[in-house]
Amino acid sequence: MRNVWIICRKELGSYFASPVAYILLIMFGLIFGFFFWNALGAFVFESIQSQMSGRSFPMNVNEWIIRPLLSNLTVINLFFIPLITMRLFAEEKRNGTIELLATSPIRDIEVIIGKWLASVVLYGCLLLFTALDFAFLFKYGSPDWKPLLVGYLGVFLLAGSLLALGTFVSSLTKNQIIAGAVTFAICLLLYVFGWVSGYETASWAKVFSYISVATHMESFEKGVLDSKDAIYFLTLIFLGLFFSARSLESLRWRS
Amino acid sequence: MIKVTQLTKRYARTTAVDQISFEVEKGQIVGFLGPNGAGKTTTMRMLTCFLPPTSGTATVAGFDVLDQPLHVKRRIGYLPETPPIYPEMATSEYLEFVGKLKGLSGADVAKRVDYVCGRCAIADVKSKLLGKLSKGYRQRVGLAQAIIHNPDVLILDEPTAGLDPKQIIETRDLIKDLAGEHTIILSTHILPEVEQTCQQVIIIDKGKLVATDSVRNLRARARGAESVLVEVAGRDGRIEPALVQHKLEQVAGVNRVLCKEHVDSRAVFEVESHKGSFVRGDVARAIVQSGWDLNELRPAAMSLEEVFLQLTGNENVGQPETPVEVQA
Repeated sequence: MRNVWIICRKELGSYFASPVAYILLIMFGLIFGFFFWNALGAFVFESIQSQMSGRSFPMNVNEWIIRPLLSNLTVINLFFIPLITMRLFAEEKRNGTIELLATSPIRDIEVIIGKWLASVVLYGCLLLFTALDFAFLFKYGSPDWKPLLVGYLGVFLLAGSLLALGTFVSSLTKNQIIAGAVTFAICLLLYVFGWVSGYETASWAKVFSYISVATHMESFEKGVLDSKDAIYFLTLIFLGLFFSARSLESLRWRS
Repeated sequence: MIKVTQLTKRYARTTAVDQISFEVEKGQIVGFLGPNGAGKTTTMRMLTCFLPPTSGTATVAGFDVLDQPLHVKRRIGYLPETPPIYPEMATSEYLEFVGKLKGLSGADVAKRVDYVCGRCAIADVKSKLLGKLSKGYRQRVGLAQAIIHNPDVLILDEPTAGLDPKQIIETRDLIKDLAGEHTIILSTHILPEVEQTCQQVIIIDKGKLVATDSVRNLRARARGAESVLVEVAGRDGRIEPALVQHKLEQVAGVNRVLCKEHVDSRAVFEVESHKGSFVRGDVARAIVQSGWDLNELRPAAMSLEEVFLQLTGNENVGQPETPVEVQA
């Protein structure tokens, strides 16, 4: 446990010692801020319209703002996850510092979990920006906080699993660009796989749709905590970390 | 302290290290010598548990590198060819990280960081970023991280590569200085380095062990006879090398005379004597009595360089007529 913490702290130090973390934070804040502003604008426009036309059905903040924003967040993740994970192992391999880690009395899995944890913490920092935006909703409106909390849990689980996959991809190469591009491709595919269920009902389509992260995000976005989906993400995290461990091990036998 | 038996590393097509066996005693400095690509780094990586051997065993302080890697790693300090540093970290921050990584407790880390900074003369760059340090400093930081947990064994892969002459001398002195507390294996393809720092040499070439012996024995073994270099000058501005050579060959105990150089009135000869006969006085007398000037007379110790080239089978430079027998 101590070793995991040592690696995690070093990794976070590297993120914040270089401009990487700050640029990610600023970009994420800007992008999510725009989405938020946009959703809020649409909400206000719609509510004025419905009042003017005399129809007075109550508009739900959760349904109109939080839910679409959470699903936007899934898409933004696709772009940010690769940027966070691409350096994790690729940089160590390029710098030769992987030799230091590999010859220190510390297990591979401790290195992997430490690095993954650091990426999760950095992602958590990004999410703080979204919390800032949502805080406005609570200041001026009264959304239900429980679905939002479940939604956050979902986003976190999703990010955790994609970060685990990104960690794995990064352990395969010493080129950060390759690590980033491949991770992005995998994230995107995992996201769009679900689309096939829109027109296809064959069993392979069901499998595709089951693999897709978007399918498993739906209930979280609605604010429903479904253990099936949670288990899916936890499995993904486990697989990502497990394959990273295998990859580090094979590195020794190959290189 | 280190025991290697039949250690082999095979890759898909090549055999990088082929059945190497050697032992290193506690407290020794051993030079691991070989041309580039001989398998030095691979062997060191196997000793540090970075690479698993294909076959054979290696034990460090009694622990097997394959079965008890964590125990081995705790007792080894390793400096790879390029110092494994994080450019975005400050020196002290980096050393603290490595110290903790090697299992030092929080209280010990600060003490050890101070100690190694003093030992490796890097105290003045403690708060500088590693990425901004010069090559020499980086190398010393690399050494500092290798000794931070006070390991029994130090493995240094080309510790002086890429340094300027002054830094090389400083680094060598530092390594010699460390020898008392640690058992050291250092690899190099520079021979004087071995002559100056090591007590024992392990020579490998193309993955095979060529020789393992003490520096002095190795040099003695390479040549049975002793030889002196003599520079002779003619008094009237010219000299007849053949004449001098003939004269020198007459001296008792002289085995062979070679003219190595002849410029105007000067000529340099290598005079090889039979083992055990002391010819220098007679050679000097013979020259002076013949009316020539004796400019210089010095022992021509065979450099390890020549020994090395002989052993690794490159005969261009070595002396083909004095073959050496070495156990494989």
